[in-house]
Amino acid sequence: MPLDWSPLWLSLRYAAFATLLAAVPALPIAWLLARRRFPGCELVAAAANLFFYVPPAVVVYYLLAGAGVAGLRFQWDAAVAVSAVYTLPVLLYMMRGGMEAVDGQMANAARTLGAGEWRTFSRITLPLAWKALLDGVVVGFLRAFADFTLTMIAARRAGIGLLLPFAAFAAVDLARRLRRRQVAV
Amino acid sequence: MIHVRLAAPGVDVEFRAASGITALFGAAGAGKTAILDAIAGFTKPQAGRIILDDQILFDAASGVNLPSRRRRCGYVARLWALFPHMTLRDNLLFPLAGLPRLERHRRVNEALERYALRDCATRRPQEAAPDEQLRAAVARALIGEPKLLLVDEPAAGLDLALRGEWHRVLRQARDDAKLPILLATRDLETCFELAGEMLLLGAGRILQTGPPRLVLDRPASVEAARLLGVRNLFQAEIAALDPGRNTSRLRLDQFELTGPYLPGRLRGDRVWLCVEPGHLRATAHDGSKPAANQVPACLERVSQLPRAVRLEFAGGIVAEVPRHEFERQKDNKDWLVEFPPDALRVL
Repeated sequence: MPLDWSPLWLSLRYAAFATLLAAVPALPIAWLLARRRFPGCELVAAAANLFFYVPPAVVVYYLLAGAGVAGLRFQWDAAVAVSAVYTLPVLLYMMRGGMEAVDGQMANAARTLGAGEWRTFSRITLPLAWKALLDGVVVGFLRAFADFTLTMIAARRAGIGLLLPFAAFAAVDLARRLRRRQVAV
Repeated sequence: MIHVRLAAPGVDVEFRAASGITALFGAAGAGKTAILDAIAGFTKPQAGRIILDDQILFDAASGVNLPSRRRRCGYVARLWALFPHMTLRDNLLFPLAGLPRLERHRRVNEALERYALRDCATRRPQEAAPDEQLRAAVARALIGEPKLLLVDEPAAGLDLALRGEWHRVLRQARDDAKLPILLATRDLETCFELAGEMLLLGAGRILQTGPPRLVLDRPASVEAARLLGVRNLFQAEIAALDPGRNTSRLRLDQFELTGPYLPGRLRGDRVWLCVEPGHLRATAHDGSKPAANQVPACLERVSQLPRAVRLEFAGGIVAEVPRHEFERQKDNKDWLVEFPPDALRVL
């Protein structure tokens, strides 16, 4: 039987786009949470952490409902957007931790040496925190790639094709049914 | 010249500092770092004004608050804060980003030469020796030609050799740059070694200012004396004043002393008396009647200092005597402690 690699490629593409889409807002928000104190700062952090404590099915259901309210047709791009929102808290959590681990004196020293906020971020904070940021991206990618609830709903509702976790489940399920039928016959 | 007047949580100070090193001396939590942070622009005080060479860096009344990058304050952090992902040369290049390439390299080469960093310029900070790191930190803070240098007690925890090197580098910076240097420190020796002026800080307030020698010799209050580590602090009552002989008689809990005349004081006033341990004379008591200002005392504890011996007597009297003097009479049980009248300081 020929091997069908399409679920793997589709899942990789789907998770990569979702991670990229999540990383774009995650980076500045993580920096804000790590380095600035503003009204509602803790509220934003708490709201992001809330995603960890709610079952994925519930999160995805509300994200889909939100997409429906927003009038999005649930296709490839909407599926990726839902996955990005689902991945965002993980990225935020890990990136914030990484940036907080960079000694604040480094950034302060850079400022006294004439660097503005962008230069301080790009030349000091980012290079010193890159390992933690990369860890965040990898974990976020794996979440988008491997989460069963998310990939099943994305695959079934958006009709974007079979993603790897759901394809694996379907294959195992089919094999089990075939065996039962053979036993019955 | 910098003029600082600021009020922030736990800090309320006003002072001026001219060219040279001004030490902010105080215990942990006295507000030294809070003051430096406010001047550097890392924190925003609630009230006050900071003026550096006629430029307003911060003024709460008019809402002026320049960002750190525009204040032209060099900053040497506690652990040097050299950027670990850059070589020492790149660390020195960092503040010169806006200058033409040739000028940047001229200044960096000059700084590498002046601070003896040429051989380690291509190393990263963690690969450099500790003395090279401290020289690089000072060189980087000064290479952008700041108008003020802030130094946040980096000598804390340095070994003796490094501390000597640190003092040498800071003296060199003071002589080369000729700018005000604010040095936060908890080390009295560093104050004496480097600072021309000293601000004594306690609980966010300035308790006393002046040259270190003067501050240590004449603490302005009991609080100041305690912060300076003055060991012999006694409450006394003025029993007599004799302007003719220029003397006074001071009654302590268990003995009386003759001191200098105290202008502006009245008989019966309660005062605090302090004496440097090194100024007391401790000798063996042979049973004879004590002379004036000699007090019989029972030795409770002996501790070794690097160059002397500290004797702690009953009643809170502490004396420091040279080691050879103590060795001659170490088996002695009863002692006489002499308070020379000119060593008595009344607070």
